[in-house]
Amino acid sequence: MSERPLLSVRGLTKRYGAHVACLDVGFDLWPGEVLAVVGESGSGKTTLLACLSGRLPVCAGHVEFTLRDGSVVSVLDLSEAERRKLARTDWGIVRQDPRDGLRLGVSAGANVGEPLMALGARHYGQLRAAALDWLDKVEIDGDRVDDLPETFSGGMQQRLQIARNLVTRPRLVLMDEPTGGLDVSVQARLLDLLRGLVADLGLSAIVVTHDLAVARLLSHRLLVMRRGQVVEGGLTDQVLDDPQHPYTQLLVSSVLQP
Amino acid sequence: MSGYNFAFLDEHTKRMIRRAILKAVAIPGYQVPFGSREMPLSYGWGTGGVQVTASVIGPDDVLKVIDQGADDTTNAVSIRQFFRRTTGVRTTTRADEATIIQTRHRVPETPLVEGQILVLQVPIPEPLRWLEPRETETRTMHALEEYGVMHVRLYEDITRHGHVETSYDYPVRVNGRYLMRPSPIPKFDNPKLDRNPALLLFGAGREKRIYAVPPYTPVRSLDFDDYPFTIERWEHACALCGARDAFLDEIVVDDKGGRMFVCSDTDHCERRRSGA
Repeated sequence: MSERPLLSVRGLTKRYGAHVACLDVGFDLWPGEVLAVVGESGSGKTTLLACLSGRLPVCAGHVEFTLRDGSVVSVLDLSEAERRKLARTDWGIVRQDPRDGLRLGVSAGANVGEPLMALGARHYGQLRAAALDWLDKVEIDGDRVDDLPETFSGGMQQRLQIARNLVTRPRLVLMDEPTGGLDVSVQARLLDLLRGLVADLGLSAIVVTHDLAVARLLSHRLLVMRRGQVVEGGLTDQVLDDPQHPYTQLLVSSVLQP
Repeated sequence: MSGYNFAFLDEHTKRMIRRAILKAVAIPGYQVPFGSREMPLSYGWGTGGVQVTASVIGPDDVLKVIDQGADDTTNAVSIRQFFRRTTGVRTTTRADEATIIQTRHRVPETPLVEGQILVLQVPIPEPLRWLEPRETETRTMHALEEYGVMHVRLYEDITRHGHVETSYDYPVRVNGRYLMRPSPIPKFDNPKLDRNPALLLFGAGREKRIYAVPPYTPVRSLDFDDYPFTIERWEHACALCGARDAFLDEIVVDDKGGRMFVCSDTDHCERRRSGA
């Protein structure tokens, strides 16, 4: 591990009037680490993601991100131009609904190629080769490269979205319920794929999920959120096998066992 | 014509539009908003171009109006007559005699020279509109030069057709900075925009935008390294004047499949035939 965390969050607070969405959230994310944020619906998980990537203005807090050259930037103080550049080069954002993260009117190949074109790639042959390479990585048949994402199944759309996000080799991937809305067998396959990609590429990722099984499979560390606050955090296995906070105990015990 | 100001628009409006034009010239390719007025012709018929022409025309100007390359189609005839009545300026069909040329869908084949003004009528000024419906977002994309997505469209064209199928209103970068729609001219005319000695003004009446390409400004059509920009070519020569280097229209001449190819630029064709 390098000496500096990739992402460092301190005192992040977001209020909507009297309602608290996130309160004093703080954590470090180290290079190559996958952090899961779990909690019930409405506990502020998605808001946390939006805030720390600067998409949503925060009420208080700091977010520091270590660039490729080792220098540190304060994400929330960046200008919009700098933030969007950082999002293009260093971040990937995988949305819960692949339809939000894909361009449905253009082919799968164009969807994967678009982030590269945004970074200045101007060679059709190379763009197409990269698209085919990534479709293969996410287990989509190369024959489908010219098909519209609308003709894909939900699981394929989600895998296509992942390919589109990873093609630029981001250093931090934010995933919001990546397996939500998929049936269980598709979920399992997607998780398997994600786990492989994360390990192969040495990605750092923050995965927001309400599914403890997803957290268990993907993440090294875990944060449990409730009503905007982090109630417990630690190594995933440790937290799930020996929950300390009553809320975590409730969460863990409420998982259905077949 | 009594009861109307010179060139129809009142002087305050003309001054407002000239200010917009000056700003547009100062920032080549940038869309300047302006207070577009109701004009006595319907949207889509050149309300933007007419307002730009009305604002820059003077009593000594010579006006030519082109519609789809021709001087004798409805739109061209009406707008020419409109300005003859409201200004009394001399009109012409010859591109080399005109000081102001208002045009729709074509740039004249005759090379323009310094001192001439070409006014183009624009239906939709925003090149990013097809992929981003929000005006706030497209403005941000222009401000931050986020133009990569524009190549997605070219990528799709090559994927579906094997080559870039977009044949008119082909997107360009102006002066290495702003992405611009050249209005629905065929891409055949795109190279004529590059470093043109004339002043090119673009007016969109419904969308209330004016933009400009000042004389000798570099204009580059978007392309891929391995699919360079190309223009249309025809196997035929013009059936009337024999030109091989002009933009040709295909005209159906009977119901038995007969067709002929003729120059779209009527002025160019006639002068070649008369040997002038």
